[in-house]
Amino acid sequence: MAILVDNATRLVVQGITGREGKFHTGRMLESGTNVVAGVTPGKGGQEYEGVPIFNTMEEAVKETGANASVIFVPAAFSADAIFEALDFDIRTVCCITEGVPVHDMMKVTNYLRIKDATLIGPNCPGLLSPGKANVSIMPDSIFTPGNVGVVSRSGTLTYQIVNELTQRGIGQTTAVGIGGDPIIGTNFIEILEKFEEDPETECAVMLGEIGGNAEQLAAEYVQSEMKTPVVAYIAGFTAPEGKTMGHAGAIVSGGESTAEAKSEALRRAGIRAATNPSEVAELVAEALDESS
Amino acid sequence: MDLYEYQGKNLLRQFGIETLEGTVARSPEEAKKAAEQFGGTVAVKAQVLTGGRGKAGGIKVVHDPADAEEAARQILGMDIKGHEVRQVLVEAGAAIASEMYLSITVDRAEKKPLILFSTEGGVDIEEVAETKPEALVKIHVDPLLGLLPYEVRELTFSAGLEGDVAKAVGKTLQNLYKAFTESDASLVEINPLVTTEDGRVLALDAKVTVDNSSLFRHQNIAELHDVEAADPEEQRALEAGLQYVKLDGDVGILGNGAGLVMSTLDVVAQAGGEPANFCDVGGGANAEKISEALDIVTSNRQVKSVLFNIFGGITRGDEVARGLLGALERSEINLPIVVRLDGTNAEEGRQILSENTPENVYTEETMLDAARKAVELAHNGRG
Repeated sequence: MAILVDNATRLVVQGITGREGKFHTGRMLESGTNVVAGVTPGKGGQEYEGVPIFNTMEEAVKETGANASVIFVPAAFSADAIFEALDFDIRTVCCITEGVPVHDMMKVTNYLRIKDATLIGPNCPGLLSPGKANVSIMPDSIFTPGNVGVVSRSGTLTYQIVNELTQRGIGQTTAVGIGGDPIIGTNFIEILEKFEEDPETECAVMLGEIGGNAEQLAAEYVQSEMKTPVVAYIAGFTAPEGKTMGHAGAIVSGGESTAEAKSEALRRAGIRAATNPSEVAELVAEALDESS
Repeated sequence: MDLYEYQGKNLLRQFGIETLEGTVARSPEEAKKAAEQFGGTVAVKAQVLTGGRGKAGGIKVVHDPADAEEAARQILGMDIKGHEVRQVLVEAGAAIASEMYLSITVDRAEKKPLILFSTEGGVDIEEVAETKPEALVKIHVDPLLGLLPYEVRELTFSAGLEGDVAKAVGKTLQNLYKAFTESDASLVEINPLVTTEDGRVLALDAKVTVDNSSLFRHQNIAELHDVEAADPEEQRALEAGLQYVKLDGDVGILGNGAGLVMSTLDVVAQAGGEPANFCDVGGGANAEKISEALDIVTSNRQVKSVLFNIFGGITRGDEVARGLLGALERSEINLPIVVRLDGTNAEEGRQILSENTPENVYTEETMLDAARKAVELAHNGRG
């Protein structure tokens, strides 16, 4: 099993004819993902790598039965693309685009409350279930199928840790990059819930960073609701107050947003926390040994 | 993007919020002229993009133009938390009857705008939240519906406001919500919002932060960015499309991906070093971009060693190594550089580096080893 994307995923790429859209569509196809359609307004009727292109999501869904979408359209048009996907009943929407305005995302995420759908991102690397579906810009060569679920606010930090897991012979069920923006569609808790329900996920890795309080909320959830062991890592102890550290959402603005406050919450909840990225793989190996 | 008080007030005025009359002065003489124009009592206020200017002596209330000139002389050039004061706002006085607090922020967990209001104004609102939570009114607004009239009433009634003041505060709130959404702000704060003895409601201060991601649709706000006030390296990085934050240490740090770079800073600190900066060069192995990033990082004179931490993903390690070599050829950096390359084709990449690099470049396999090496080299460099 995997979460959110698997062999049943029928993917539509929104913005398939752009530079990023083309490049990553090729890669997703190479990983064996079932890419059934692309959408670019005005390019309907064309094809890219054998994938039919439509003008609208309505047509794409009607013609191909697509149930998931990945978005590569520019930031100014991303919210519109997400609304379009949600209105034509796409169940898993993943927005890769960086730089989507916060006010746009507030509208999108509140609209999402009345929809039976999951939005991953924006400003994220996507999600990947090794051997099943690659709905991401992540390098699939570092992944291997297995029983560890990964959820993260950061791209390359995820790659680093997945790579170390794979090198130790520890595979993954699904890796989900939830995105580095202040307002994102899905947070740690919702993904951890899915890992908890997934019979194949035997350990979950949570990679957090400064900004907001999602890690604290997740820590409470892990403590009260999860049987699956969780290993966590927080980045940004050296970040100064008031400065955006690369990700729009990674900013220390007092109180709960600091790395110290987040680690303290993890400690209180009894979650194994690594002090550096390499320790994550060690702690995962430990957790798997104990539970087997 | 943070706005100066006077810029924030200009913006709020466009949305119908009343402020005092004011003029920006860049010299004591200009301040004197402004004070003469307003007559009577004026406030001379440092314009800096940081809080705590009152405590730092950056705000003075004076009663005649000569004193305004002297106040400006003292405030201009002042250093407030590392920000040099280069302009003051000279504002007309007012007879204040009461002080309140009003702000709208983005609540990340609720994913909604959050309105905070208190009749205890002019003080630190976090202190009010702790010591007197009942004096704080909180309202979450549904961004799809906008601020509803009943929510405005809820706020004014629960704060115990009455009559014309309730009406005027309600109107100010509606205008502020409009300013917040139409300017794509992530923060609009009026502290204090005052009532005057002649019955007006005025914004005595204004703190406005606009979402950087929205600046493409707010050219007028983007133009307010003060290039002179920005750190020169941060400004250069901004123009080159790099994510860069300057810090106080001596180990320069570059890498690909915000999370990995933040983590690298932490590991350097754990190894006993002090990071000089945060610099995310992004994906790919573009030699030009890497050399620009290296130049920016090393143009900070405090930097004694550089740690380049890169994970080869889609861009393979061998391509990264070639990009880095290309970058080193373009720049003339003599400082020691520690390269830690991991990921796809990392071994090939390290091989290429070890065969071709000049003497000042060291390669390490793990983040910890690389951090220790960079810290050691920085210490040696201190002499």
